[in-house]
Amino acid sequence: MARQQPTDAGETPALPGPVLVTTPLTEEVVLALRAGQPVLITGVLYTARDAAHRRMAEAIESGEELPFDVRGQIIYYVGPTPPPPGKIIGAAGPTTSGRMDKLTPMLLERGLKGMIGKGSRSAEVKGALVKHKAVYFGGLGGAGALMSKRIRAAELVAYEDLGTEAIRRLEVEDFPVIVINDCYGGDAYAEARLRWKKI
Amino acid sequence: MVVTEVTAAEIAAKVADLCIRACTVLPPDVVAALNAAREREESPVGRDVLSRLIENAQLAAAEGIPMCQDTGLAVVFVELGESVRVTGAGLRAAIADGVREGYERGYLRKSVVYSPLDRRNTGDNTPPVIHTELVPGDRLKITVAAKGAGSENMSRLKMMVPADGIEAVIAFVREAVEYAGASACPPVVVGVGLGGSFEQCALIAKKALLRPLTDANPDPAAAKLERQLLEAVDATGIGPMAVGGRVTALAVKVETAPCHIASMPVAVNLQCHAARHAEYRWG
Repeated sequence: MARQQPTDAGETPALPGPVLVTTPLTEEVVLALRAGQPVLITGVLYTARDAAHRRMAEAIESGEELPFDVRGQIIYYVGPTPPPPGKIIGAAGPTTSGRMDKLTPMLLERGLKGMIGKGSRSAEVKGALVKHKAVYFGGLGGAGALMSKRIRAAELVAYEDLGTEAIRRLEVEDFPVIVINDCYGGDAYAEARLRWKKI
Repeated sequence: MVVTEVTAAEIAAKVADLCIRACTVLPPDVVAALNAAREREESPVGRDVLSRLIENAQLAAAEGIPMCQDTGLAVVFVELGESVRVTGAGLRAAIADGVREGYERGYLRKSVVYSPLDRRNTGDNTPPVIHTELVPGDRLKITVAAKGAGSENMSRLKMMVPADGIEAVIAFVREAVEYAGASACPPVVVGVGLGGSFEQCALIAKKALLRPLTDANPDPAAAKLERQLLEAVDATGIGPMAVGGRVTALAVKVETAPCHIASMPVAVNLQCHAARHAEYRWG
């Protein structure tokens, strides 16, 4: 579900309040999101980056099941630092998404609804977001300490031998992201440059 | 000649501390630059991003959490006095020992593979990349830079020729920042190497990233180029985290070196806003 966060009466917010989103992502929520919108996500994210994507691609090619049901889920491109004793997770900010571009459409075809990372996506991924009604969020690159504070639980799901690149199930609360590519072809990075570029 | 002795164990212990400090405590000049950036940023979303980056740096320092999960490849710069002798294990082994200990003790991520061909993780973030420079006297200075891949991957080098002119240099740097976009985690620090040989050009670009953000190149021509480049980079409108705004770079630093009459190498080494480095001096 998605709803607008209320702002205090009498205050003039510098920004439109972020949209609150809970997982799993339904098509209704995806349809409501627009490029450039700040969003706070509460619910479940699955971590996967380079090596885990290669393994998932191999699983798909050999007809095996994926380690988790991707339908309605969000994948977070992250390789956290090791948790110190007593901590849930270490620093956990987004990594560059472009490296996962080639292996992303096959997951969108299977019902993945969202991804969190940083940086631009390929034309193929943007097209697949429109086709399969999904969304790409940008996290706060380089703010791994801050983002770790919004993670309430972390549990290993698969590929433990990959270490930091293993698939983990994270429970997050008010996890701050911005919609970069929506399901209508909107692109926050491109729109931002058009608006702020000095000729 | 008086020889000053430094033990390998002492170097290893200090390097371990430097790795942890670099990854958890943002240098004060970088914090000041982020605060100044928030003041001059006109985009509300951009200001909000900068506020979060400042909050992230405060949180990391207060709780000892790495400010970014990519705690990088350890790039170590050594200025070794000609009359300094390292006793015990050699200098390179001492530095590697320090990196191994620091990345383990500090719960930093191990991001190094043995070979680009087999991609197996070494498990302890070694080997570091070590650049050693012999300097006169009895001093020893070690600087650890934790270099993340997000910005490093967006760096580039081009062998230009003198006829290309300074406008082409400016365009090359601007295009590197534009191509990098959010991947380099702006606002970035841009290290530019101009001149030298192929490999020297890349090295001085990296060294430029270690300069205090508030300084200017003592050569007026290079200082002017730094100002022109900062203006060109900020004019892209990329802004904090590439969501649009006036502040795309915290600083542009240019280092020059003498070069061949036929050459004008240009290297752009990008550094994310988490411009992590820490140093220690003996003597």
